[in-house]
Amino acid sequence: MSTAEAPPVPRPARAGGAPPVRRGYVRPWLRLLRSELGLMFRRWRNRALLAVVVAIPILLGSALRVAVPQGGQNGGGNGLGAAFLTQVAGNGVFLAFLSLTIMLTLVLPLVVAVVSGESLAGEANTGTLRYLLAVPAGRARLLSVKYVAVVVFALAACLLVAASALIVGVALFPVGPVTLLSGTTVPLSEGLLRLLFVVLYVTAAMAMLGAIGLAISSLTEHPIAAIAAIMILAVSSEVADNIPQFAAVGPYLPSHWWLSFDSILRMPIDTTELSHGLLSFAVYIVIFGSIAWARFTSADITS
Amino acid sequence: MSAGLETSADKPAQDAPGLPGDPAQQGGTAQAAVVTHGLTKRFRSGQLAVDGLDMVVPRGSVYGFLGPNGSGKTTTIRMLLGLVFATSGSHELLSTAMPAGAARVLPRVGSLVEGPAFYTQLSGRANLARIDAVDATADPGTTDARVTAALERVGLLAAAKKRYRAYSLGMKQRLAIAASLLQPRELIILDEPTNGLDPQGTREVRALIREIATDGVTVLVSSHLLAEVEQICTHVGVMRTGRMVFQGTLEEMRARGAARVQVRTTEPVQAAEVLTKLGLADIQAVDGKVSAQIGDQGPEVVCRELVLAGVPVAGFDTPRPSLEDLFVELTGEGFDVDG
Repeated sequence: MSTAEAPPVPRPARAGGAPPVRRGYVRPWLRLLRSELGLMFRRWRNRALLAVVVAIPILLGSALRVAVPQGGQNGGGNGLGAAFLTQVAGNGVFLAFLSLTIMLTLVLPLVVAVVSGESLAGEANTGTLRYLLAVPAGRARLLSVKYVAVVVFALAACLLVAASALIVGVALFPVGPVTLLSGTTVPLSEGLLRLLFVVLYVTAAMAMLGAIGLAISSLTEHPIAAIAAIMILAVSSEVADNIPQFAAVGPYLPSHWWLSFDSILRMPIDTTELSHGLLSFAVYIVIFGSIAWARFTSADITS
Repeated sequence: MSAGLETSADKPAQDAPGLPGDPAQQGGTAQAAVVTHGLTKRFRSGQLAVDGLDMVVPRGSVYGFLGPNGSGKTTTIRMLLGLVFATSGSHELLSTAMPAGAARVLPRVGSLVEGPAFYTQLSGRANLARIDAVDATADPGTTDARVTAALERVGLLAAAKKRYRAYSLGMKQRLAIAASLLQPRELIILDEPTNGLDPQGTREVRALIREIATDGVTVLVSSHLLAEVEQICTHVGVMRTGRMVFQGTLEEMRARGAARVQVRTTEPVQAAEVLTKLGLADIQAVDGKVSAQIGDQGPEVVCRELVLAGVPVAGFDTPRPSLEDLFVELTGEGFDVDG
């Protein structure tokens, strides 16, 4: 600990200096984003979440390796999951698709709920929000940075799931040309490209949940309440989507299009399904982004 | 969003509205660092926290913003900084309308609002770096130097790498002050900077404020204890239940206390008669001392009249109530905090 920093530094607080001038818009914004991401990824709780996200494909792969005799193409049910299960045994790459499918119902929404619920409510709860805004952070500017940080975290989580599953899949199962759900076989490189598209689609779905989360987070000073509310919303949507009586509203539920990425694993790719999904995400992001903006730019910060 | 950056920053103050005290005493300019016009805040709960506040903080002054807890000081400061939106009324910081001009003017304003609040998992240095990263006007190239300078200024350099979590209350308070010193400021707003500090810590903060003020920075410091700011303030504003009950220089506040004349004599009855004849009010006689409000009478006149009337004047004094007495008189005695 060298307490003696030798070079004399100018004393900053002095009146009459040149008035501070904003250094453009993009660079300070990126600097704030970097600071935000640093804070987010250095927090132990978030690191634990990412560790869980990495661990689940490992567990899943190991369990399948034990359960399914290698090379065996024993047919299983007819659901999406079952289709994947059979595929994994034949090709390790499919462990990535299976992991994303399974984790998309609970684990990934939980990850997004935690970071988005925390984003504004957490700062309000610790009181740091008032200091950020007094700097001034700019309310719309801070909100946009917070949202992008949530999306980056969601992307990181999805990429980690895919990467972890790929490594485990390659280690435990045969790897080769990928047989798609429609029966067509494509080269491994194209299979991996399609995996990347799936990751991006899932990230888009989670970005939508992140927008909902940010809006909820702007309504409260209690991060736990925000996180719980987001989770309840996500799970309720998934449950409602599975009840036949709700079929009429099904396509409008937030979670309805989350799993539509299996279109990417067919030949030809069903783009109507995908574009419906992406449109649904975009609409939700716009609506809840607007709610968050309207609320956050007009709220009294009394925390 | 702020479009024009440097356009209106230096425009002269709009008709600096009637300074109640001495506008031009400090350094000449009639510009004020803070002006509010009928600033009012009614919370959604219906509570009227601030009621038609007209506040003027002259540039270069050290303005003591006083009032009991719950009198509306913190809500006022939050409104000044654009954290809370006024129900009605308006205000300007450094001649810039708020909250519209927040992006332009707030970089020139340092603040501490209702106690320090930082990221507990980060060190003091990392916390200041975070605050600096938020500032769109800050030069990232000089962050380290400025953070070091600010920490040194508040005497926290030795604890710079320690986590905020492990800081004592005094250190936390000083870190918050350091955050307000990261950039050159023209106005520093400190809300209860001595809250929860031991007497030594209070003295340190006072010395720091005095030092900041000698650099020509306007300081607005709030406190619920007059004694804590009395020695450093040039101006005071006193709030009570959301209203400004006094505003002006410290001298004006002293002068506001009704001075009395006090006569020590062996002939109290006779003395009282003279005082009555002179038209003084509130005459009291207590064991050998007669006192009355002196009003407009010169003390020398009173003294001469007493002597001419043959009253044996053994002692003559014109005591004034202490600032503390005046403060209590203004803000009310007991627990009459509303809300």
